[in-house]
Amino acid sequence: MTGSSALSDRELTAIRGDFPILGRRLESGHELVYLDSGATSQRPRVVMDTMRDFSSQHNASVHRGAHSLASEATDAFEEARAQIAGFVGADTAELVFTSGTTGAINLLTASLGAASGGRGQGLGRRFAILPGDRIVVTQAEHHSNLVPWQELAARTGAELVWLRVAESGRLRLDDLPSVINSRTRVLAFTHASNVTGAVTDVVEVVAAARRAGALTVLDAAQSVPHLPVDLPGLGVDFAAFSAHKMLGPNGVGALYGRSELLEALPPGFTGGSMVEIVTMREATFLPPPNRFEAGTQAVAEAIGWAAAVDYLTHLGMDRVAAHEHELTQRLLDGVTELDAVRILGPTDAKARLGTVAVDVEGVHAHDVGQYLDAQGIAVRVGHHCAQPVHRALGVQASTRASLGVYNTAAEVDQFIEALGQVRSYFGVGS
Amino acid sequence: MSSLDTMYQELIMDHARHPHGKNLARAFDGESFQVNPTCGDRIQLRVRLDGVPGELVLAEVTWDGQGCSISQAAASMMKDLVEGRPLEEVAALMDNFNQLMHSRGKGIDEAVADSLEDAISLEGVSRYPMRVKCALLGWMALKDAAAKATAGDSSPAHIPEGI
Ligand SMILES: Cc1ncc(COP(=O)(O)O)c(C=O)c1O
Repeated sequence: MTGSSALSDRELTAIRGDFPILGRRLESGHELVYLDSGATSQRPRVVMDTMRDFSSQHNASVHRGAHSLASEATDAFEEARAQIAGFVGADTAELVFTSGTTGAINLLTASLGAASGGRGQGLGRRFAILPGDRIVVTQAEHHSNLVPWQELAARTGAELVWLRVAESGRLRLDDLPSVINSRTRVLAFTHASNVTGAVTDVVEVVAAARRAGALTVLDAAQSVPHLPVDLPGLGVDFAAFSAHKMLGPNGVGALYGRSELLEALPPGFTGGSMVEIVTMREATFLPPPNRFEAGTQAVAEAIGWAAAVDYLTHLGMDRVAAHEHELTQRLLDGVTELDAVRILGPTDAKARLGTVAVDVEGVHAHDVGQYLDAQGIAVRVGHHCAQPVHRALGVQASTRASLGVYNTAAEVDQFIEALGQVRSYFGVGS
Repeated sequence: MSSLDTMYQELIMDHARHPHGKNLARAFDGESFQVNPTCGDRIQLRVRLDGVPGELVLAEVTWDGQGCSISQAAASMMKDLVEGRPLEEVAALMDNFNQLMHSRGKGIDEAVADSLEDAISLEGVSRYPMRVKCALLGWMALKDAAAKATAGDSSPAHIPEGI
């Protein structure tokens, strides 16, 4: 994106060779064209090998027990944490393992809920949300960065207010002054929409939130996999992201929190492994990040995730972004040429990811997806866990192609060609 | 025929383009509103009953909604199939259609197939588990609306605000 050179054909071929699934032939006889990385990305062999090695040689519970395996597992788990934290510019103690982005946001809302209920003593008070306070979200949110805030608002008596999406699919940042008031305690927003692909100007949102003294919570589920992201540099207070969208396994993700905040925040989930002393009446809690990691952790997954981060680091996130940017441009240009196909989101590749949702006039997304699937092209159809943004853009459901580092220009062309045939197959138009 | 063409045969596309009963009647004895959670597709469906308890007949089925061609065609064929039939028969047809949808393209008993009239053309959908929900959307609404009507509950269905 910043003039950094994209991948050469040879490099791309080598990358594709690292992903066994990309060589699959489907039941329909077609070779797989995987354009659903926005839902979940595919995994390189090194991720699978790393996890298998852990399971076959080092498996043990971490931070519990003193035998050799437990100590090997704990070391590997903590190394993984350091690596993943480093990948987003954070300090190791600022990265809390969770089950994913959804897990991270729910952990945070539960923790804010605990603070609102008086937990966390003096230090926790800064997080308390009171009746009449305001929680701000946006219309572009994935349900996982919306519903937990609706629930927290309902529990605390806070008012839920949202920033709207413009017809272009971008957030209406000009409205920030009217949605943020002096009682705004939290502003939760997505870094990149999983529908429109629009990338938010985080610095501008953070500045507006800071003026009101509101905490900022960034949904980085779609951005961290595709762009170089430096969370402390962006200035957000909290952020969430998932391994499975960035070449890693399911079942693990992270909550990032600025250390000063994590230090003061009471834990939303409690139980084993996050306590110091437990009596029948009460418990004292470990410092972060362990304070927020109640229960047995997904150790093999965390280590597999670190292998994915290592893989991406070797490629270089700027080059990953440059490659995907080129493909995004090609995808947008190709779709724009088609009759009666509308892109839900920005039509130019600037400040945008290769996540392109379209509405084919007269053909429902399910039917579009079925037609593409019959040619081996895997896209997502439906509302992609983001009903409000679809409603805001005047559609019920859409067909979404989303790119990954392993996609090729030929695959983009195949998608465009097939998409161009959909209306005539279903007998609409022309 | 490719499995795609089987799924989208002409009969289905005709129903999808010109759905029967897609015109909500004012009067009803039972109403239901159902959504398909994966895509947000929805249907609002009304039924009117005739006859005396124990021998009730499904006198009228009308509906409105948005959805893919499979959900639209399935609701349209369902209306043709069930309207005017005793509720007991409707329940049996519903079981038959469910059986068809869960047959995974492996075929079903001939008598069951024959009972479904046009709706048998939706057999191709059963090969795509993700699409079965689309075909069942109208049937779910019918089941709910008929149950309400039988119980004497003619209140309007709840439709979420801002949908
Ligand atoms: C923008 C965005 N936020 C949150 C999520 C939820 O992530 P997960 O399902 O891994 O918890 C997703 C993906 O599903 C997403 O695209």
